[in-house]
Amino acid sequence: MNLMMDAVIQVQALTKRFDRAVAVDAVSFDVRRGSTTALLGGNGAGKTTTLSMLLGLLLPTAGSIRVLGEDMLRHRYRVLPRMNFSSPYVEVPRRLTVAQNLTVYGHLYGLRQVRRRIQSLARDLDMTELLDRPTGQLSAGQRTRVALAKALINDPSLLLLDEPTASLDPDTGDWVRSYLERYRGRTGATILLASHNMAEVERLCDMVLMLRRGRIVDRGAPAELIARYGRHTLEEVFLDIARERAHGAQAAAQ
Amino acid sequence: MTLLDAPTLGTGFSARRIGALILRYLYVLRSSWPRLLELAYWPAMQVVVWGFITQFFVTNSSWVARASGVLLGAVMLWDVLFRSQLGVSVSFLEEMWSRNLGHLFVSPLRPSEFVAALTTMSLVRTAIGMVPAALLAIPLYHFSIFDLGLPLLAFFANLMVTGWAIGIAVSALILRYGLGAESFAWVAVFAISPVSAVYYPVHVLPGWLQIVAYALPPAHVFEGMRALMFDHVFRLDYFAAAAALNALYLAAAGIVFLLAFAQARRLGKLLQVGE
Repeated sequence: MNLMMDAVIQVQALTKRFDRAVAVDAVSFDVRRGSTTALLGGNGAGKTTTLSMLLGLLLPTAGSIRVLGEDMLRHRYRVLPRMNFSSPYVEVPRRLTVAQNLTVYGHLYGLRQVRRRIQSLARDLDMTELLDRPTGQLSAGQRTRVALAKALINDPSLLLLDEPTASLDPDTGDWVRSYLERYRGRTGATILLASHNMAEVERLCDMVLMLRRGRIVDRGAPAELIARYGRHTLEEVFLDIARERAHGAQAAAQ
Repeated sequence: MTLLDAPTLGTGFSARRIGALILRYLYVLRSSWPRLLELAYWPAMQVVVWGFITQFFVTNSSWVARASGVLLGAVMLWDVLFRSQLGVSVSFLEEMWSRNLGHLFVSPLRPSEFVAALTTMSLVRTAIGMVPAALLAIPLYHFSIFDLGLPLLAFFANLMVTGWAIGIAVSALILRYGLGAESFAWVAVFAISPVSAVYYPVHVLPGWLQIVAYALPPAHVFEGMRALMFDHVFRLDYFAAAAALNALYLAAAGIVFLLAFAQARRLGKLLQVGE
């Protein structure tokens, strides 16, 4: 019962079909408050589809989603002010300056002191000098910081991140991961991320949900999974699962 | 949580969120003088060309000579309708072009607030386009549309609402079918121009087309405008018919948009906003 109370996300038998294709197939999982959980899987495994349903951008074909105690399908507007999202595939307007973009989103989320919040985020994310520049003129790394600032503008209790370090150089990627660690430590926020970066998942996540063809095929803490599959890294576990290797399956059975 | 205003946590319509989106569109307009110029350019050109046509007809057409401003007035009011529709559609397209719909709809913004922001921006864009054109006609052709007085407000309001209805319906179409349907934003309004009786009275249309014309608000507005200019009478019946039809079409367009939005959520279109 306590575990249920402590779950920020509760997903039951979540299914999404597009015509005949099943993108997500009866997936069930909980995400514990204050944890960082990863959705891991190859391309087309159903990670982004699952995130989209959690955000309310995509309606499920079947199943239920509770986020922060609310039924997401019926009361999403009660929850949306307390969560946020970032993805390299969804942009903020490129013609607007960084400050203008953050101002618009600050007002959309109903912040009391938008300017002060932007200044504080800019200092925090080391992007004060970017505030007056058009977002479209920034480098990929700088745009990632802006996307992160937008995702944090409302100080969310739940942060959903789709490939937060995709296409970033190792230095910037490491900076983002460190920031997320500090953010979670400081605020106690819950983070659910989809990623292809195994090192990132090993470093950041308490729990991993392994997806293949829309189904959760395994789950556990990164170290647990590595031990269960008799491997040295999460990447090896990932390859075992993605390629349905007998070795991995046998080790898992043992 | 502590950063948020308490009222925004509840459900309901928020003027603040509408204001946030309006601010976003104003930032775009402010950042680009060609966009601002483009808004005023076409209505001004229309007025210049139709002003000369009017001058020609005044001496060659007894009908136009009875009220020399009838063509210029019609041109300006037709442009109100066109700009109003474009104002909604282009603001919507801004979100499609910038692939921003996903971010907008994971914020607490409701579709109804989004539509309210689009219509408000349509008013701003129409004013930026039409006021210079209307002022230009005064020194060039000694015609002031403002001389129509209060009825001008009635014509303007009705045509704005018709433009909103078309713009919202077109936005729904683009939301459903992607940017491949973008060209409808530029041409949709012309589908009703033959039956809107902009430059000629409804009675010149074939009988069956007159029925179609009177089923649309603009025909009532333009007949009302001619009644005012020729007979100096404000026809309340035309105004009431246009207003009632507008209420109907606006409600229908709103429903179509909400259906398209629900469909977009079923198909995952809010994240995939390309063609």
